[in-house]
Amino acid sequence: MEESGSVDSVESLCSSTTTRSDRFSGTRVSDTEPRSKGKAIEKVYKDPSKGELPLLPEELVQDSAKDVTYICPFIGPVRGSLTVTNYRLFFRCTDREPVFGLDLPLGALSRVEKIGAATSRGDVSYGLVCKDMRNLRFVHKEPEDSLKKSVFEVLIKFAFPVSNNMSLFAFEYKQVFPENGWKVYDPLAEYKRQGLPNESWRISKVNDHYELCDSYPAALFVPVTITDEELRRVFSFRAKGRIPVLSWIHPESQAAVVRASQPMVGQNGRRCKEDEKLLQAIMDANAQSHKLFIFDARPSVNAAANKMKGGGYESEDAYQNAELVFLDIHNIHVMRESLRKLKEVVYPNIEESHWLSNLESTHWLEHIKLILAGALRIADKVESGKTSVVVHCSDGWDRTPQLTSLALIMLDSHYRTIRGFQILLEKEWLSFGHRFQQRVGHGDRNHTDADRSPIFLQFIDCVWQMTRQFPAAFEFNEYFLITILDHLYSCLFGTFLCNSEQQRLKEEVPKRTVSLWSFVNSQLEEFVNPLYVHYPSHVLFPTVGIRHLQLWVTYYIRWNPRMRPQEPVHQRYKELLAKRAELQKRVEELQREAANRTASSSSERAGSPTRSITPVQTFV
Amino acid sequence: MLSLGSGGAKSTKPSFVSYVTPEEIKSEKDPPKKEKLPDLLPGEVEFCSANPILKYTQDDLSQRGVFGTLFCTNFRVTFISDETPQEKKAKTFKNKLYGENDIPLVCVDHIYGVYDEKRKLITGGLVKNKYPSKMIIHCKDLRVFQFCLRFTKEEDAKKIFQGIAHHCLEEKSLKCVFAFSYMGTPSPGTDLSFCREMQRKQETIMFDSPEDWTQEMKRTKANCRLVIENKNFELSQRLPKYFVIPLAIGDLFSYQGKGLPIWCWSHYSGCALFKASFPPVTQEDGDFQKHLETMINAVAHNYLYSVKTEDLSESLPNIQDIQQSYNKFKQFFLIENSTDFWLSDVKWFSSLESSGWLDIIRQCLQKAVEVVECLEKDNTNVLITEEEGTDLCYVISSLAQIMLDPYYRTLMGFQSLVQKEWVAGCHAFLDRCNHLHQKDKECHSPVFLLFLECVWQLVQQHSPAFQFSETYLTVLSDSVHVPIFSTFLFNSAHHRESVMKAESPLAQSGPLSCPTVWDWSVQFDSKAQNFFYNPLYSEKVKHEKAVRKPHKPKHQRQLSLPSTAFKTPLKKGFFKDETDSLKKMLRVKRLSRWMGSPDSPAATTREFYESWQHRPVDYHGLLLPCLDGPAVRVWMQRYLRWIPEMYILGGGSVAMTTKLMELLSQVQDLKRVLEQRDTSQAAKIDHHPYLQHRLLSFGSSGRLSSSFPFAYTRNRSFKPIIPTGLMQSLMVTDSLASQEDEASSVASFV
Repeated sequence: MEESGSVDSVESLCSSTTTRSDRFSGTRVSDTEPRSKGKAIEKVYKDPSKGELPLLPEELVQDSAKDVTYICPFIGPVRGSLTVTNYRLFFRCTDREPVFGLDLPLGALSRVEKIGAATSRGDVSYGLVCKDMRNLRFVHKEPEDSLKKSVFEVLIKFAFPVSNNMSLFAFEYKQVFPENGWKVYDPLAEYKRQGLPNESWRISKVNDHYELCDSYPAALFVPVTITDEELRRVFSFRAKGRIPVLSWIHPESQAAVVRASQPMVGQNGRRCKEDEKLLQAIMDANAQSHKLFIFDARPSVNAAANKMKGGGYESEDAYQNAELVFLDIHNIHVMRESLRKLKEVVYPNIEESHWLSNLESTHWLEHIKLILAGALRIADKVESGKTSVVVHCSDGWDRTPQLTSLALIMLDSHYRTIRGFQILLEKEWLSFGHRFQQRVGHGDRNHTDADRSPIFLQFIDCVWQMTRQFPAAFEFNEYFLITILDHLYSCLFGTFLCNSEQQRLKEEVPKRTVSLWSFVNSQLEEFVNPLYVHYPSHVLFPTVGIRHLQLWVTYYIRWNPRMRPQEPVHQRYKELLAKRAELQKRVEELQREAANRTASSSSERAGSPTRSITPVQTFV
Repeated sequence: MLSLGSGGAKSTKPSFVSYVTPEEIKSEKDPPKKEKLPDLLPGEVEFCSANPILKYTQDDLSQRGVFGTLFCTNFRVTFISDETPQEKKAKTFKNKLYGENDIPLVCVDHIYGVYDEKRKLITGGLVKNKYPSKMIIHCKDLRVFQFCLRFTKEEDAKKIFQGIAHHCLEEKSLKCVFAFSYMGTPSPGTDLSFCREMQRKQETIMFDSPEDWTQEMKRTKANCRLVIENKNFELSQRLPKYFVIPLAIGDLFSYQGKGLPIWCWSHYSGCALFKASFPPVTQEDGDFQKHLETMINAVAHNYLYSVKTEDLSESLPNIQDIQQSYNKFKQFFLIENSTDFWLSDVKWFSSLESSGWLDIIRQCLQKAVEVVECLEKDNTNVLITEEEGTDLCYVISSLAQIMLDPYYRTLMGFQSLVQKEWVAGCHAFLDRCNHLHQKDKECHSPVFLLFLECVWQLVQQHSPAFQFSETYLTVLSDSVHVPIFSTFLFNSAHHRESVMKAESPLAQSGPLSCPTVWDWSVQFDSKAQNFFYNPLYSEKVKHEKAVRKPHKPKHQRQLSLPSTAFKTPLKKGFFKDETDSLKKMLRVKRLSRWMGSPDSPAATTREFYESWQHRPVDYHGLLLPCLDGPAVRVWMQRYLRWIPEMYILGGGSVAMTTKLMELLSQVQDLKRVLEQRDTSQAAKIDHHPYLQHRLLSFGSSGRLSSSFPFAYTRNRSFKPIIPTGLMQSLMVTDSLASQEDEASSVASFV
């Protein structure tokens, strides 16, 4: 979607640089303005044999090796030198023209392993499995001196600092940006924007020190008719204490989006009076409707199976006036498997003749469809039905934030701006405890951990699908989304570290690390969609049919040099904007000249000369 | 709720919601019938009509219907609603010949009748017995109409059903095609933009005179010979009136022009592309074989004695395969109700793949790239052959020319190309499009559509290189089924001339007035024609000349590969046994070159593509398509425009293009302001006359639907389309689905 030039523009920060041809694709769509790279950030590590390597503050070279061969799946083996710092892997080959480089944050590594035994020539092969949809393979001669460590052993150490009792690079990186991204989200300001607190909703301090629910934020909005004492009882009835609290309120109808985890109903159909009262209060807080919709993100079979383990769903006997809807979205394991299959299908090569059926067999887009369809139903109930909704899955930290944040993007245009989207992520994902550390496994060597799952990636994919369908409704561009995903893994910024607000405070993440938004908001122009038009109260209802969903080629297949992004619309639009501005300026100049002439000729008649200037029509 | 014929619902009660009950209609049946007559085109005659007929509308989610009258004329089937049209919104994009409730007779693809809840394909035999309660019409432009005949008097219903079935399905003679009754005159002088229109029209080179061909040869610096000996089709009735052949061909009259290599286009290096019809030759037919060798030799002589021949009948699917694949493919878009839509949505990708249509598109593009490679990289003459020589040859030669020559990527250039290759080149449009509903299935095939599909792929991949838009291509593909244009009505130049000659004295009012499709004013006013232009088109930077000069063969970007004129061998698989002797003959001369590339054509074109891709893109130079899986896509606009489930209200690419068009027109306006002030330059105002109109009339593009400019959402209720039947959609059968999200409870899982 975005002009490809952006891909390598922040290469010093991202994992974006891959192959020679990838660099090329960057220059294909004619480069326009020189990009404001995060230049200030770099210093340069000089080694006469290797040329220059841009280093970040506190980034230190740990080891390097010459004569490493990178087996590129697209252009074949490339010989060069490999440098490992405490932040990244840097491979450079100088004997090719143009220079071939590979620059990858170690955080993106999921697994590093030796493949096979050494050959007769003493060559050892290493495979690097990355979280960003690629696998790298290097061949390297083991050092003859058995005391000296191979560069790959150093790599493993720094790639998985958590497993080696070291800290992530984010805690060392000390770049100062003009803006402090940790200040982007202020919960009270955000709720105030929504008109809260009001006569029906109050803020509760019951979880102020995270004692009732350690995965929830401190600030919780609940109906005024429910006391903190009653809330305490609800905490014990909802899984992990994640009680129903307000996420968003419709500015006109007062219909609310409420999120929670599953009720601990169990096989015996346990009930909780306070929980029932809370849901009734949520319904009563909205005078427009006498109904409440409960969206359970899971397939009904899975929801029922949860009863065996003490969980379950709201029964219609206990919750009168509430209607329960299952959204049939599968769990984290299914999603992980789906992405694994997708990677097989797209990397490194695409089998042309069976591309479509292979894509279908991954079910990836079908999962995307189900999530979008779920969010669409939620948004429809809130907008068209003016009904409040409660959304939950099992724990309320995976499928629930996917659904609520997508529904919020559909309902509230504020979340389609760059800053609004940051607030949305901070609120729905970070403060409400999406378990980023577990799902991504920052710095963790245990790649088979069953807690890993691409839930957040899936959400960003859904957002991307919406930006495709509504090209003028989002202030940010595709590059913004890709940057977020790159830094989800890079461990350069503190934003996506830890599992909850409580953990982040405990680790002093906001104090000790830089926020991704500091970086993003310091160079906003990189991330702006030139086609953006702000319609204040414009609800988006995307079309969720698979026919309208596309595989996000520029993300999932971006390492394949043949799949170069080609969407010059933004480029062309920017050119036209510049042209228009230039012409407007010239028209204004001419008008000013003309005005001056008339003014000087009629100066005796007094009056300010500026009055005779006709204002130029400016297009907005 | 939705009791559609195929749905299998038990209820026989009407399942629509209508504002008027049938009784009401009947009581006031007569007055509206008299008033509401279709606006007949000049020469159009009404055959029969029936009222009241209920037309189902798919617009809304709840299927409702509209009562009205159904007519059948010699041009179309048309439905006129009884409801008084609410404030007639001036459509920005209105076809003057037929509206949203009109189906030109030749545009009807299939008719289904619903008898007792069973849907049957209507063929000749079924018509006689009884009429169905519901009639479903599938159109070639992929619209689907559903008419309920239950409220109509029996004899009326029978009459209209039989009338429509007869006129749409029965085999007929060419003279019955509406073009021969149509008396439309190009509205002279009424339209202010008429002059411009004329000018524009004239820019399309028709290739019906020796001058056009001479001009084209000059433009491409072709070193060939124009043949005028077939002016009266003495040489062959299958050959074009005028055509161009290699200089080295002496004897034209042997074998009735069979196997004659016909020039398509010359590369600036001197090598050229030729096409020929080569019937299969048996070993015994030595003379003919010799003749073909002479012909190939003549081609080789064109430039540096090099030639590569390519038998398309061997390497590409034949026209029946193409027809079959398209028949499968189009079914995915002829959707009658929401349930079907969501059911088919689940298996969308594998269904697409099983039709093979996208694969055929890919193969054609791939073949065209191979041809381009020979011309551009190896500077070899290329001769593409096929038995008939007028189907796939044209697809490939036209595509290669579009990739190589930026002139053909302008609107006029593209139209000239279609004239040159397809119309003047004698593509059997009449047979291939089956305008006459012939039962013989052998010769029908959407070859021209296949070509447009391939062009669309190029347009969507390299939008700035094309002056025309995808809307233009969609409209062109629709126009094939509007039986008015001489362009698509004949099988060959000879056919056209003989029919026109025979017809003209019969027509009372002078010669047959049969416009060409390129006279777009017949279908659209100039404002609507704006949609044919691509706002992304990056025009050549220099505009010093007001008149767009016919493209100079100045190829700025050449692959800096060494000129290997003799390198390309006659690759394996082409032209096997028949030309053994030819191979031998040529081998003597340049043996070493033939042993060259051992790779498959796919691998070498891959390399060719990659080396092209590594250079900065020049939209006025060589253009190659990416053919990897995700790059070849479905032509969404053409295929999904009538499906309400697919409408994105306030979104779609239209949101982007309209914004671009607005901005472009603002830039034009500012330019004009400046130029008006700058009196010295008052003369040359702009080079984008078509974008002068402020397109801000639909400025609230935030509320346009993605199907714009084709289908309009009548009911603007702002409701999302919620998929139904999600339950059966995703059956994850493996054990992962039943696992808990909690890792602790699945400790055993690895």
